[in-house]
Amino acid sequence: MIAIIDYGAGNLRSVAKAIERLGYSAKVTDSAEDVLSARAVILPGVGAAGDTMASLQRLELVEPIRQVIAEGKPFFGVCLGLQVLLTGSEEGGWQECLGVIPGIVQRLPGGLKVPHMGWNQVKQRLAHPLFDGIPDNSNFYFVHSYFVKPVDEEFVAGQTEYGIDFCSVVIKDNLVATQFHPEKSGEMGLRVYENFCRWAGVGKAE
Amino acid sequence: MLTKRIIPCLDVTDGRVVKGTHFINLRDAGDPVELAAFYDRESADELVFLDITASSDHRETMVDVVARTADQVFIPLTVGGGIRTVEDMRRMLQAGADKVSINTAAVDEPTLINQGADKFGSQCIVVAVDAKGVGQRREDGALDFERWEVYTHGGRRPTGIDVLEWVHRVAHLGAGEILLTSMDADGTQKGYDLKLTAAVSEAVSIPVIASGGVGNLAHLYDGLAIGKADAVLAASIFHYGAHSIREVKDYLASRGIPVRP
Repeated sequence: MIAIIDYGAGNLRSVAKAIERLGYSAKVTDSAEDVLSARAVILPGVGAAGDTMASLQRLELVEPIRQVIAEGKPFFGVCLGLQVLLTGSEEGGWQECLGVIPGIVQRLPGGLKVPHMGWNQVKQRLAHPLFDGIPDNSNFYFVHSYFVKPVDEEFVAGQTEYGIDFCSVVIKDNLVATQFHPEKSGEMGLRVYENFCRWAGVGKAE
Repeated sequence: MLTKRIIPCLDVTDGRVVKGTHFINLRDAGDPVELAAFYDRESADELVFLDITASSDHRETMVDVVARTADQVFIPLTVGGGIRTVEDMRRMLQAGADKVSINTAAVDEPTLINQGADKFGSQCIVVAVDAKGVGQRREDGALDFERWEVYTHGGRRPTGIDVLEWVHRVAHLGAGEILLTSMDADGTQKGYDLKLTAAVSEAVSIPVIASGGVGNLAHLYDGLAIGKADAVLAASIFHYGAHSIREVKDYLASRGIPVRP
């Protein structure tokens, strides 16, 4: 079972439907027990970093999330679910985040329309099972106003151009995270989830 | 590079698509779910469902249509029509819509924009603006207005509000996107009101979707290149099979517009 963390925001249904469509079983949950016992965990996200961190704290999910990542459980952060993995975010002043990946979250530079909304290309910076069958520079659906800046360049697995080249995919050991929404990125997006599930060794639902 | 989005719009009433019965290769082209899946396969970048049901009795039907679509179609879906409260927004978003579009309700109660943005995030809140030029058309019939007025109630009721002031305000209130329809161009198939589209696109720092008046492929190009829109919405040109989405994208790419293949 794949736990999809529900912290009271966003369109979690489409993440769950995408996973189910691929033949895997998903459970949308806010229970620490489910997160700890799942074969893999997805942290989806829309909204603001401050609200998300506050919700995760209220639901007492901060420590379980850190724990499963530290234990090596396959973990997928999506959009804001990527951003909160960093040390902190400049959204709304300064918001301390989970600190799993050293680095900060900054606002996209001015001069272009913000939010960065629509389909944009992801340049793959390393070979990884997450990219199996996905051509380099494939288009994915983005909607965000902030972007992640990991301190360590080696974790930047994909990058995208919008005024600047920003990090759009992070991969660090058992942890993968995308700034784009695979569940809104059509066939290629579903492929990313399929690759994640296979890489995580999740069995198909009966 | 961010690509320009091509968005088919489906008018839905009582759970059925009003237009779009011209696809011979679909089992039931009146079924919004099937048509949405078709457009997804055709590489539409997003979809808009516009609920044109007059009475509120049939809202549940629309919620069901959205839910069934979201189960099968994995590209962004915007739902508009009849959304008047934060609770209406929540129902559509929970059913699986990614964005909701508000129009008359936003004019009547502008705080609905920031309430929705605070609750669900700006990216969920599309403000639809129906704009009509003030003054006379040029003698040759071309659209060349100096200013535009906001209309509500499906373009029937003038509000006295200036379009450029309004879009500035809705962006400030937290709208994530503007769906701009020219009442003058709508239904003419003579192209977008490019002056209006460019004026709005330059007035705000959020994305603008151009709508109203598309009759051929060049109109879509003009809306993006001259109107500076971030996305183009069209209905008839796709529904009646005049052009496929792939054809549109090939054409735009050949003219140097970045599109998702």
